[in-house]
Amino acid sequence: MRLGVLFSGGKDSTYAAYLAQQHGHELACLITLVSENPDSFMFHTPTIAVTAAQAALMRLPHLQVATRGEEEREIQDLQKALAQAEVDGIVTGAVGSVYQATRIQRVCHELGLHVFNPLWQKDQLELLDELINEGFEVIVSAVAAYPLDKHWVGRRIDEAFIKDVRLLQEQHHINPAGEGGEFETLVINCPLFSKPLVLGETVVRGAGNSFRLEVRNAPH
Amino acid sequence: MLLISTCAEALHELEFVTPVERIVRGAGHVTTVRHVTAVSADDLASAEGIVICGTSLKDNDFLRTDCSWLTTITVPVLGICAGMHLIGLAHGGTLNNAVEIGLQTVSFTDFLGLNGPTDVFSLHTSYIDFTKLNSFRVHTTGGVPQAVAHRHRPLYGVLFHPEVRRHELLTAFCARVQKQ
Repeated sequence: MRLGVLFSGGKDSTYAAYLAQQHGHELACLITLVSENPDSFMFHTPTIAVTAAQAALMRLPHLQVATRGEEEREIQDLQKALAQAEVDGIVTGAVGSVYQATRIQRVCHELGLHVFNPLWQKDQLELLDELINEGFEVIVSAVAAYPLDKHWVGRRIDEAFIKDVRLLQEQHHINPAGEGGEFETLVINCPLFSKPLVLGETVVRGAGNSFRLEVRNAPH
Repeated sequence: MLLISTCAEALHELEFVTPVERIVRGAGHVTTVRHVTAVSADDLASAEGIVICGTSLKDNDFLRTDCSWLTTITVPVLGICAGMHLIGLAHGGTLNNAVEIGLQTVSFTDFLGLNGPTDVFSLHTSYIDFTKLNSFRVHTTGGVPQAVAHRHRPLYGVLFHPEVRRHELLTAFCARVQKQ
């Protein structure tokens, strides 16, 4: 099947795309909803501007659609974006959000598109292990939960990271894959990229337990 | 435990079979996965219990599969969504359309550990009408059978996805298999 990837540049959508390709599907394009609302209910927002560089490294067409990020209105924007993509179906990185999965399924049903959620209901720690084993280089691009702080931003997902988030899961109920929005991620390199992403100059901004990585010049 | 995939696309098995397998293994069972078109007599004879998993909204290929073995099987069987369709069709039920996507509340009376109003996750565009199938006890919401239990054999069907919400139903089914 020709599949469009609902792509945020983070670990889940990128790994889902990789699994789709490994199962013999054609990745036709990446589809990114660029939300004006940093607290979007549906769409990943930190470092979303980096997705264009990631698409170039994957040598895939990149369809970027702006959305104001208002609840339910952003679903209409998603529907417009998917209607533009000439694909048989879409692949998403949904893991556990019934809210997100339900809305995507409804939109795709309206449009007659197949939906693939290859990470659906996956164990969070198993997911992190698989990413490392499959050669994904992933960093934390934002945090938004106690006791995470600015020192976590930019940190690479490796075995030491998994050990630390496992502890945070036990002590503070932090979801180890950031599924509850506790942290967001950015893929720096993976088997789909022709070479590693170069971010250039970055700065970490925020306060309290909410920090995000900002990329100052054009990544490549 | 024999897990039967109804997915036309192998990629969909990560979404509809693997989560069920994780829960069944967590309940202490060894699992074997077979596609619905490749289930052999030996598979059925050696199974202690069977779960027929669901598939995606646009995937209806499974409806063409002959599963007449469901009318005679005596080990516990749980059909999830597409699996419930196959149970109903094997017993003479008819296919009807109803689109239900997302969470909804269903009332149960002693169904694999579920009682009273319960949130479930639905993902289907059709259902099987069980109303004329007297051998089944049917739990219905808005005219759509959401769960069925055979009156004389350990044969169960759910239209919703317990691997998303209601893991305890799968665990209760696994316990039922161990008792058999």
